[in-house]
Amino acid sequence: MPDPSSFIPARGPQIRPVQIQARSWGWRHAGRQNQAVSGLDLEIEPGERVLLLGASGAGKSTLVHALAGVLGDAEDGDETGSLLIDGRRAAEARGRVGLVLQDPDSQVVLARVGDDVAFGCENLAVPRSEIWPRVRRALAQVGLALPLDHPTSSLSGGQKQRLALAGVLAMQPGLLLLDEPTANLDPRGVLEVRDAVVRSLDRSGATLVVIEHRVEVWQDVVDRVIVLDPAGGVLADGATDEILASHGERLAQAGVWVPALPPRFPARHPIGSGQTLLRAEGLAVGRVPFGRRAASVVAAGITLSVAAGTATVVTGPNGAGKSTLALTLAGLLKPAGGSLRACENFAAGAAPEPHRWRSTQLLTRIGTVFQDPELQFLAATVRDDLLIGPRALRLSVAEQTNRVDELMRRLRLDHLADANPFTLSGGEKRRMSVATVLATRPRLLILDEPTFGQDSRTWQELVTLLAELLDEGTALVAVTHDAAFVSALADEEYRLGTPDPIRLESGAR
Amino acid sequence: MHATLTSTRPVTANKPRNFRWRVVDIVVASVIGVASGVIFWAWGLAWSPLSAILTFTPGLEGLLAGGWLFAGVLGGLIIRKPGAALYTEVIAAVVSMLIGTQWGFSTLIWGIVEGLGAEIVLALFLYSNWRLGVALLAGAGAGVAVGLLDTTVSYAALDFGFKAVYFTSAVVSGTVLAGLLSWLAVRGLARTGALSRFAAGREGARARSGALS
Amino acid sequence: MSLLTPMIRPSVVARLNPVAKLAVALTVSCALLLSIDWVSAGVALLLEALLLLWCGLSARQFWLRTAPVWIAAPMAAITTILYGEDSGALLWHLGFISVTDGSAQLGLAIGLRVLAIGLPGIVLLATTDPTDLADGLAQVLRLPARFVLGGLAGLRLVGMFIEDWHSLTLARRARGVGDGGGLRGAARRFFGPAFSLLVISVRRGSKLATAMEARGFGSDTPRTWARPSRVRGADAVLVGIGFGIAGIAIGVAVWAETWSFILA
Ligand SMILES: Nc1ncnc2c1ncn2[C@@H]1O[C@H](COP(=O)(O)OP(=O)(O)OP(=O)(O)O)[C@@H](O)[C@H]1O
Ligand SMILES: Nc1ncnc2c1ncn2[C@@H]1O[C@H](COP(=O)(O)OP(=O)(O)OP(=O)(O)O)[C@@H](O)[C@H]1O
Ligand SMILES: [Mg+2]
Ligand SMILES: [Mg+2]
Repeated sequence: MPDPSSFIPARGPQIRPVQIQARSWGWRHAGRQNQAVSGLDLEIEPGERVLLLGASGAGKSTLVHALAGVLGDAEDGDETGSLLIDGRRAAEARGRVGLVLQDPDSQVVLARVGDDVAFGCENLAVPRSEIWPRVRRALAQVGLALPLDHPTSSLSGGQKQRLALAGVLAMQPGLLLLDEPTANLDPRGVLEVRDAVVRSLDRSGATLVVIEHRVEVWQDVVDRVIVLDPAGGVLADGATDEILASHGERLAQAGVWVPALPPRFPARHPIGSGQTLLRAEGLAVGRVPFGRRAASVVAAGITLSVAAGTATVVTGPNGAGKSTLALTLAGLLKPAGGSLRACENFAAGAAPEPHRWRSTQLLTRIGTVFQDPELQFLAATVRDDLLIGPRALRLSVAEQTNRVDELMRRLRLDHLADANPFTLSGGEKRRMSVATVLATRPRLLILDEPTFGQDSRTWQELVTLLAELLDEGTALVAVTHDAAFVSALADEEYRLGTPDPIRLESGAR
Repeated sequence: MHATLTSTRPVTANKPRNFRWRVVDIVVASVIGVASGVIFWAWGLAWSPLSAILTFTPGLEGLLAGGWLFAGVLGGLIIRKPGAALYTEVIAAVVSMLIGTQWGFSTLIWGIVEGLGAEIVLALFLYSNWRLGVALLAGAGAGVAVGLLDTTVSYAALDFGFKAVYFTSAVVSGTVLAGLLSWLAVRGLARTGALSRFAAGREGARARSGALS
Repeated sequence: MSLLTPMIRPSVVARLNPVAKLAVALTVSCALLLSIDWVSAGVALLLEALLLLWCGLSARQFWLRTAPVWIAAPMAAITTILYGEDSGALLWHLGFISVTDGSAQLGLAIGLRVLAIGLPGIVLLATTDPTDLADGLAQVLRLPARFVLGGLAGLRLVGMFIEDWHSLTLARRARGVGDGGGLRGAARRFFGPAFSLLVISVRRGSKLATAMEARGFGSDTPRTWARPSRVRGADAVLVGIGFGIAGIAIGVAVWAETWSFILA
């Protein structure tokens, strides 16, 4: 049993920062052949701020889970070596450590925003009088201006990420672990959230370990960079500038986004002005709340057209309705107003409104990748799942295998062919969901945040693949916060406006 | 329910048995309980017309009882910890009650008794045997429990012949609807990999393929 | 908002402690379960009907929520009238089925009992937020927090079923398995997402458990509660009323000599 007093953080601004020590530590997930992490030797001093880098699948998330003591016991996998937090096993130090998980969708605990942020504080036995001020401060810090009793079920992806971060900041832990905390945020939000983290660290002096593929966001605020080697151990470790300067080349090879060595943008060979496929005029988009008949509109007055061989990117702040727009353009949601029509050549015999198309008609016309990749997984292995589309099209078996093998190779999923899609790392899931739509070769691709959480190598491969498809005449609509993606591919940018600001409720609960 | 027993008897390989509930056990048991509760509720709606048809048979309504018994067996088979069957069944009962059933708060009492029926069978096997036979027996156990309860309370006013038919059909229904179906459902869930954090899931996955071990 | 996180209008009943509501409904249910007679059930129902006027549910919500009870009560009554233990004058007879004075009276009692037990439970819980109920269970009844909050988390995941169902059908449509296939296809389209729903919630549950542990949940050290759950005077009054209803119902039945204890 751990000493219970250690669960209660010291009052006042000073929190005892955490010290980390790994001795040839390794972990293999139950059911996997390969080690996720192996031979790790590390020491992180109290108060240090560390940026943890590594290729997709290198084991970064696994490591921070272990540090937070939530990797589980012998039932969940095999541990080797030792990993100590302040000299104790990580699982015993739980509560001294706050972790924001990679997947924002699965960390909402309670039904109301305020309660959810308070949850961590309650577990640490923070007195009630102190909880609500902390909650309000944390929400303000991460820029989530919602009433405390706002339901958590209707937040956008970025809003959920801010919520999760607020919940951990309110705990004021001695070690703050952030697993890609800004992947879903709009560019302003990224800086806002980063600064919130830094401010909170300045006050508390806590140790920080942050995972983020985009080095430039954090490089000025961290002291040290650690790069995990997918083959085991550490690839590089040291002061940020030093490492980036001396090992830059090697790191870029390994998939790290080194600011001085950005991935090359693929050359585009457009085939001239493409045919228009879809046209939206005064389109309003929204979702129909349960039990209601009329949609609640989140964005309106959208006029745009999508042409073959061109890439249209949709940008805008969190909660602006980008995903809703993407689903509407994809023929999955019914427009809430205005008109959305497919041109005759594109509809090719189907009705002019995409939302009235049959599912198999959609397959060869519009391929959609959802913001949350897990929603789209249907089969128990990566290969079977990729085969679903080609099968629905009744392609020949040889053709099915061809397409799927080719895609798995190009997106570096071939070593995972028999893995369960749900057990993949964040980046692997994203690649896999992109692969599922590419397998049916639709004429229009609609991708919701296609590059979030990708290392630079995969990013480059993905962008190159998309550029090739564009050159072949495929149309692309991508919702994204990724400025590099916009500069690499966008022919047109559509910015969605700011959502109506909602005031933070002033009344205390 | 707050069991902290630890037994040293090995189950698989040489991993020590841990009877303490992990957080994931609690949350997943609750998820299964709540989802089953929604089905209980729907079954309650369907029950009225179905039982009206069976009204003209003496006591065959017992055949419908199994629709309220599967939650406990399912939870027990997945979580494999003491109290899991009882916990899941009670949660399911409470949830159907929250949504609204014609039995109001007595739903809770029924849930406890039915859960105990399955729980006792699993306990008799020392929480270490999870084969089909045990699943069927657990379902039957729940059937016995509800058969006894219904014939003493709900149908207290009816005559003995009715009670005997009712009791037997409740046990049959429990064995099939609760025992067999739950066992099949666990297998299906394990196959999707959703139970990867549970022994029940890993055994299923191992049986499926050697590719990933 | 969803099935399990209802919009609750502010009302007197909505502000009461959920544990008090639970106690009342449980007391009345237990009292009525002890006997089958139309007097105790009828008296309880009458008294409840007076109280339900203050429940704060709109008429539409009230009928929607209580619909199962209104269907079940006559069903239960009919079963008993046909198969109830016979006594008194024989009114009608066909094979197994016989309707007598006694069985008709029993049928009436059973029908009233279903109403009297069902209505208060549904109405009281329709005015309760699950989070508040969990707070009450943990703080007032002192049930273990790990189980209460784990249960609440599970409840919330399933509460999102309707939204998830919607997203899943959209995703299936996008993957080309959203329609076609005739009757078999339709069955697949129902059972496919239904099973996916279970799979996804079990998965989410596993991950949510990790997220909860990552925020310090799950140890045995005491925790604090941001939302206090207190038992106030009004709650005591409510519990008193509950005991009153149970007592009066039994008292009147005993006085009228209709009380028949089930185990006797
Ligand atoms: N629960 C799990 N069960 C089985 N295997 C897993 C599980 N979680 C992760 N893995 C595997 O372990 C390896 C490391 O995964 P991890 O999530 O730590 O990678 P990562 O470095 O965070 O990658 P990314 O940048 O893509 O998020 C991957 O091959 C992944 O497929
Ligand atoms: N399932 C849902 N039910 C109800 N409202 C929702 C749902 N999903 C999102 N919303 C709301 O609709 C609005 C638009 O959401 P949407 O997901 O389209 O935003 P977004 O622009 O994609 O944001 P992000 O960049 O954070 O992903 C938000 O205010 C959000 O709260
Ligand atoms: Mg990761
Ligand atoms: Mg979005």
